[in-house]
Amino acid sequence: MAATHSTTHTAHEAHAHHEPGFWRKYIFSTDHKVIGIQYGITALLFLFFGFLLMAAMRWQIAYPGEPIPVAGKIIGWLLGAEAATMIPGGIMSPDLYNAFGAMHGTIMVFLAIVPLAFAAFGNYVVPLQIGAPDMAFPRINMVSYQCFFMGGVVMLASFFIPGGAARSGWTSYSPLASMADLTNRVDGQTFWLIGMVLLITSSLLGAVNFIATIIQLRAKGMSWMRLPFFVWAQFVTGFLLLLAFPPLEAAGVMQLMDNVLDTSFFLPSGLVISGQPVDVSGGGSPLLWQHLFWFLGHPEVYVLILPAMGIVAEIIACNTRKPLWGYKALVHSVLAIGFLSFIVWAHHMYLTGMGTKISTFFQTTTMIISIPSVIILTALFLSLWGGSIRFNTPMLFALAFLPMFGIGGLTGLPLGFNASDILLHDTYYVIAHFHYVVAPGTIFALFAGIYFWFPKATGRFMSEGLGRIHFVLSFVFMNLIFGPMFLQGLAGMLRRMSDGGAAYSLAQNPGIEGALSDAIINLNKGVSMAAWGLGLSQIPFIINFFWSIKHGKKVPSDNPWQATTLEWQTPTPPPHGNFAVEPEVHRGPYDYSVPGAKSDYSPQNQSH
Amino acid sequence: MEIPYTVTPRKDTGLYNAKVGIWLFLASEVMLFGALFSSYVLLRVGAPFWPEGLLNIPIGTFNTWVLITSSVTVVMCWANLKLGNFNKARVYLGLTILCALGFVGIKTVEYNDKFTHYTIRFTNDVTAAAFLKEAYGNDDEATRSGVFANTYGVPDSKVVAKNKELPPPRFLEITGHLEGNPHFVTLKKLKAKNAETITFIPDALNQGKKEKGAAPDPAHDHKKVTVKMSELVYLSAYTPQRNTYFAIYFTLTGLHAAHVIGGALVMAYLFFTGRRWWQKAPEQYTNRIEVAGLFWHFVDLVWIFLFPVLYLL
Repeated sequence: MAATHSTTHTAHEAHAHHEPGFWRKYIFSTDHKVIGIQYGITALLFLFFGFLLMAAMRWQIAYPGEPIPVAGKIIGWLLGAEAATMIPGGIMSPDLYNAFGAMHGTIMVFLAIVPLAFAAFGNYVVPLQIGAPDMAFPRINMVSYQCFFMGGVVMLASFFIPGGAARSGWTSYSPLASMADLTNRVDGQTFWLIGMVLLITSSLLGAVNFIATIIQLRAKGMSWMRLPFFVWAQFVTGFLLLLAFPPLEAAGVMQLMDNVLDTSFFLPSGLVISGQPVDVSGGGSPLLWQHLFWFLGHPEVYVLILPAMGIVAEIIACNTRKPLWGYKALVHSVLAIGFLSFIVWAHHMYLTGMGTKISTFFQTTTMIISIPSVIILTALFLSLWGGSIRFNTPMLFALAFLPMFGIGGLTGLPLGFNASDILLHDTYYVIAHFHYVVAPGTIFALFAGIYFWFPKATGRFMSEGLGRIHFVLSFVFMNLIFGPMFLQGLAGMLRRMSDGGAAYSLAQNPGIEGALSDAIINLNKGVSMAAWGLGLSQIPFIINFFWSIKHGKKVPSDNPWQATTLEWQTPTPPPHGNFAVEPEVHRGPYDYSVPGAKSDYSPQNQSH
Repeated sequence: MEIPYTVTPRKDTGLYNAKVGIWLFLASEVMLFGALFSSYVLLRVGAPFWPEGLLNIPIGTFNTWVLITSSVTVVMCWANLKLGNFNKARVYLGLTILCALGFVGIKTVEYNDKFTHYTIRFTNDVTAAAFLKEAYGNDDEATRSGVFANTYGVPDSKVVAKNKELPPPRFLEITGHLEGNPHFVTLKKLKAKNAETITFIPDALNQGKKEKGAAPDPAHDHKKVTVKMSELVYLSAYTPQRNTYFAIYFTLTGLHAAHVIGGALVMAYLFFTGRRWWQKAPEQYTNRIEVAGLFWHFVDLVWIFLFPVLYLL
């Protein structure tokens, strides 16, 4: 670009075009690609950290009351003065178990999956795919990442304050959340709320930026129905974040008032804790918190899954070498999901006694929303029909996404009907259901995306061999973890119990009808082994990731997968400003194997 | 590598980037305040008594007028920029900022009134009745009804009718001021200071009652009564922890005031950097004023809802 300017540059202007220094380039960058990578790396670290919390909890579930080998000492050392009560003698206390559980959920949802799926991939890929030079508001983009980062720091810091991290579940139901720690004025829950306000601010800024970018900065000829499906998915996700998060922010502010200023937004009259009446005015509504939380909470589920579907759609189209089946149906379905996801939230609350009429309404909308979800999954399955499929690592992960998300989605139906939900509510069945959606579902799609776009970001492929080992082991262990949980849940094993259900086992309650049998309890050990195995299976991925940056096979061209969308029509890696020539779009996003074309792919910017 | 449409509108959308951005941002703001208004409705519907008439309506009306005026001046600012009259626009922008400051100032006075206004409750019916006699010269039905009106505003409404009678004296919440108008005093703080008595200046009866002919009775204004600490079970200023009404009042108005201050800061920035900006890029500056104005109208609109909901209903 500097070359196109004439030599009449003043010294000052020439200076402005200099390559920015390290801090401007990597830390306070306004380039969407750098910010995307910042988000990606931070989120992957949180993903690993969230997994470690669960790995420690799985020991307590499988071997309740036994000291955790090695890790117990490390956790105790990290917690310092709090260790004596939190992890005495390396044995995880129920309080620590609760804190780890709450933070596992919070970190995985708000600090790992959403920033990875929406912010990292969205930032890196969306402007490239629509042919934009950057995001519409680059500085707001930078601030968005900084808010996210600070939110993460606050969440991490909460582990080390007196009383430890928040321990009322990732849903933070009141009054428990306000009463869990009565000794510390500023407790883990306060940190959690402040962290959430920062994260919500971050995602709000991100959402505004994404939507504005997609509306305003599409390249010439990039009409709405020529947008790649991934962009559509991000567009709808942006609206979900934009409109669903503010009510949680409002709820967070109110709970913060409850905790710090002793208001009673969510504290009912006549609240008694340990035999003592609580000194608050009362008159609040615990149900109000649940409504506000799930008003975010359910759209949030689609925030987790829609970008994943978008990634999978891109990879499937590219690796089947044929157009996506039913592009229009996919777009309309994703819009329908976006709208419907705002009116299904109370299916998380059937057991609160809202009343059967309200339950019926939400049961109906919940069944309706499964229709567009099934349309999307069906269209992706049908896209495989008659394709000449290339089974590379990204494609393997994308293919595995389909049945895994299918299992997760279908097992959700009994939870959507309020009659069967009464039985399954708060059991391991629920855990199995949503983890099938998010873990082997979304996380697989995210891995697929990393393997797929890695060559664009670095100019080198990730190793296929290590990738396949990573895929096979992850696939096996994921199913060994979450499959048995369906059985445990159906047998009535409740989630959130720090002893893995031992207190309700037949062994401890002989002759009691409905107590958990040894077979069900013993599944805990197998599940825990599989969970640790899953952790070890990520080693090939970590090695692959770092090794390939410097030593991976170089890409033969800017478009190594022979893909059609615009991100592959840029230099590799794309420079600041992205495109060497301003792109002009002449065709739809998936013109693979067009009859009569020179090659089996026709890039969007290729004129006829 | 310039980002397109930062100043000029894109042809097919007819908008420049910042305008799309601000409308999206306002959509999320609608959801934020919408959630709080919904919470207000839910809390009010679920409450056995909901306070009325505790806020100063004339002051609130004046503040509403101040904010509406500022909405007019910000439009005048933008219109003058469109006509190329920078100096006039600058005056209007200054007026808008002054209105914002005025609004926040008046709100501070209102808050201050609440933080120095107290409610007390007595340990039993005897001490409560004795206090009523000393303060109001009587502890009959009319007195108790007047005391009740100071907190809930409607002693003879259907709520009381349903309960057939007023609460017994020990449950009556007696309102007034402490001598010296201290802020945020609580029973705990007084006990920590080993205070034996407090000097309480009770409000005139029927302050909250809105019906005709039930004007506050000035006869007992400013009468000081000494109350023993041992006789009190409850003492609180009109703070958020007082009850859910004040909790939602302070949350809603506090969040709104934060928006007013935020908007004022942005406009102050536009005010002080305006001249250079106008000379360099008049169109961009006009756009910035338009975007700030849109935000300002939203802040104004929120107040248009807040005022009747909190002051009048």
